[in-house]
Amino acid sequence: MTDLVQHTGPTALRRLRSLPLTLIIGGAITLAWLVVALLAPALTSYDPIAVDVMRALKPPSAEHWLGSDAIGRDVMTRIVYGARCDLAMAFFGVVGPIIFGTIIGLVSGYFGGRMDALLMRILEVTVSFPYFVLVIAIVAVLGPGLKSYFISLTLVNWVSYARLVRSQALVLRGADFVLAARGMGLGHLRIMLFHILPNAIIPSIVFVMTDAVLTIVLGSSLGFLGLGVQPPTPEWGAMIAEGQTYLTTAWWISIFPGLAVCSLALGLSLAADGLARILHTGP
Amino acid sequence: MGERVASQDLVSVENLAIDFSTSYGDVRALSGVSFSLKAGEVLGIVGESGSGKTVACRAILKLIAGNARVRSGRILFEGRDVLGMNGAELGHFRGEQAAMIFQNPSTHLDPIMRVGRQVAEAMVEHEGISWNDAQARAVGLLEDMQIKDAPRRANAYAHELSGGMRQRVMIAAALACRPKLLIADEPTTALDVTVQAQILDLLRTIRQQRNLSIILVSHDLGVIAQMCDRVVVMKDGAVMESGTVEHILRRPEHDYTRRLIASQPSLLTPSSRATHPTSAPHLVVDNLSVTFHPGQSLSGWALRKPAQTIKAVDGVSLQLRRGGALGIVGESGSGKSTIARAIVGLLKPQQGRIEVDGRTLAPSLDQRRPEQVRKLQMVFQDPFMALNPAFTVGRTLEEPLRQHRICSDAEIPGRIAELIAKVELPKELLERRTTQLSGGQRQRVGIARALALEPEILIADEVTSALDVTIQAQILGLFERLRRELSLTLILISHDLGVVRYLCEQVAVMRHGQLVEYGATKDVLDSPREAYTRALIAAIPRLPAPERPLVHIS
Repeated sequence: MTDLVQHTGPTALRRLRSLPLTLIIGGAITLAWLVVALLAPALTSYDPIAVDVMRALKPPSAEHWLGSDAIGRDVMTRIVYGARCDLAMAFFGVVGPIIFGTIIGLVSGYFGGRMDALLMRILEVTVSFPYFVLVIAIVAVLGPGLKSYFISLTLVNWVSYARLVRSQALVLRGADFVLAARGMGLGHLRIMLFHILPNAIIPSIVFVMTDAVLTIVLGSSLGFLGLGVQPPTPEWGAMIAEGQTYLTTAWWISIFPGLAVCSLALGLSLAADGLARILHTGP
Repeated sequence: MGERVASQDLVSVENLAIDFSTSYGDVRALSGVSFSLKAGEVLGIVGESGSGKTVACRAILKLIAGNARVRSGRILFEGRDVLGMNGAELGHFRGEQAAMIFQNPSTHLDPIMRVGRQVAEAMVEHEGISWNDAQARAVGLLEDMQIKDAPRRANAYAHELSGGMRQRVMIAAALACRPKLLIADEPTTALDVTVQAQILDLLRTIRQQRNLSIILVSHDLGVIAQMCDRVVVMKDGAVMESGTVEHILRRPEHDYTRRLIASQPSLLTPSSRATHPTSAPHLVVDNLSVTFHPGQSLSGWALRKPAQTIKAVDGVSLQLRRGGALGIVGESGSGKSTIARAIVGLLKPQQGRIEVDGRTLAPSLDQRRPEQVRKLQMVFQDPFMALNPAFTVGRTLEEPLRQHRICSDAEIPGRIAELIAKVELPKELLERRTTQLSGGQRQRVGIARALALEPEILIADEVTSALDVTIQAQILGLFERLRRELSLTLILISHDLGVVRYLCEQVAVMRHGQLVEYGATKDVLDSPREAYTRALIAAIPRLPAPERPLVHIS
């Protein structure tokens, strides 16, 4: 980090240029959506929620760039505000699983033996339930809404991170530098945090980008089923669902939020691809 | 040599320059390399890692990577331009005219194909004979490779064979279609010395039987001296000098060649040692046994079968005085590293006692007092795995200092500077990530890290086996100096008797987890009592002593 601060100007530019193209493009798309989400009120003069039946089902025009929906809300406005919700879903949807899963994977892989056997059986039980059914079941029990969505994701999605981190930790715990750390008398916690974790987390960092995409899609699907974000809050998945009945007559209601999901997903996966390339070859 | 007619040469490489294009621009792998080989000759190519020796000999088969660009030069095989051949021509050329064997036979054999079939495959492919005939000839070839019980071995998979056996299979597969040239790229580097001696013997025999020409690539001048008629010395992608073995070894013209010869462990002269006639032993290992339980299978557990056990170390006792140096030698799997790990506390022995200064240590690291842990440090074998890739060099050295509060926080930068100077590395490296260092630099950092704790006993586990000989000589010199200056007690684990002779006054020879012979280095190495020790010593490829005439089979 300090490096970046010290070398500004030409050096920073050269650094940027040496990054993989996929990371630059993917990062730019993701960043653009972040800016859109933050500046939402400044980008549009319409209200994302207010109903205006007089303006219902208007096709894209100078007035409504991306058209209006069945109850007269501007589609672009709802997409712009929806970005807030969807980005939050992408971010908070992976934070819980990555923290929880990494801790479990680290402990399991580093200590091995009975601890590993126990944790891995719990993991297998979790995996043995159909993924969507389990998420939907947990959300249904906790009641619809973002909070229960995050809770259910943490309870279900940690397994991917636990497996990724465990497989790395299993290899690393026998690596000479870990043995050297033990031979110097370092404690287990210190070894796990400073010697295993930084080296074991790399595949997870790459996977988290892909997972964020899946999280958005899942959140949108739940929105579609009525279990996610509750109307009238703008959310891309819910918007696609609402436009479904008008698909032949007013295609813009579903298509544009669909493109929004696709572009964010594309941005995140490109960024993941680029990130993988840097992290695996080292800086 | 220049006036010789080119047609006499089986292979001639002329002014070959190859670049690798990478994302950082072109990297020169070879620059203007020329050498030639006459029919029936054995040519040695010697050089250190990165010298381009592998690229040069792979180019003879046009086995060059996709990002390689030939900038100039050509390779002629019996007058035909190899680099200009198309796919079909190459298909015939490789295998029928020239073939190659590699360093690591376990990765170059298909794990899911019976080895006999792998030998037969080339014959079916090139000569169009039936699988049955090819299989029969493959068994015959395996017999020629001195594989006992060849018909049964032909049905084995690669993982069922030992390393030496796999290399024999590789040679059989390479020779299946009677090529005129065999290129052997470090064929014995991954093998134990006794197995290496057998494989080199085999190469000599088949060369005579088949009038084969051989290009032997090795970093080991001893191997080259025993096997070759002529030698090419390479460094940084260029030929330093070339000539007959006699010429290169006796009258090397290039500085680098001289340095290479002087770095051979068998030629390093042991320096006079400070003796510490104090009576109390510093480190005592008493009747140590380590048994591994390689995990019981579920079915074995259900059937109440007893778990399988492997005795890695079996009743070993050792004693070292303060400032003494003990070498532990033996082949892979003899239990040398296991002893080291048990002493340091990384493995829990089933039996036996470890004593430092007359006090018995707890078997497990977690139960030892920090002071006991600090005194007993270890340097690891593989420099590429021994340092945390996420750390900088500075942080690598800082961590042990903080952990054991060796000095106050304010003194830490000064102490780190001292350490890095002690292992003869520039201070600028402290900022670098450990992944940005070369193998030799990493190994020095590993040593500095161990020294940070001011240990009294240092265990070095094959610290130089992954390094080039000139770097190895430097590291050994460093150990010698540190021992003298810090009066460290040293345990050096090595498969290289030359290294042990240079550094240690005591040696322990191990086999199958047991001590075969243990005593003063001079006694054990000069007049070994056990047949195994004798075999081990005889197997080491040595440079001929300067006063003796060069004799080798040709």
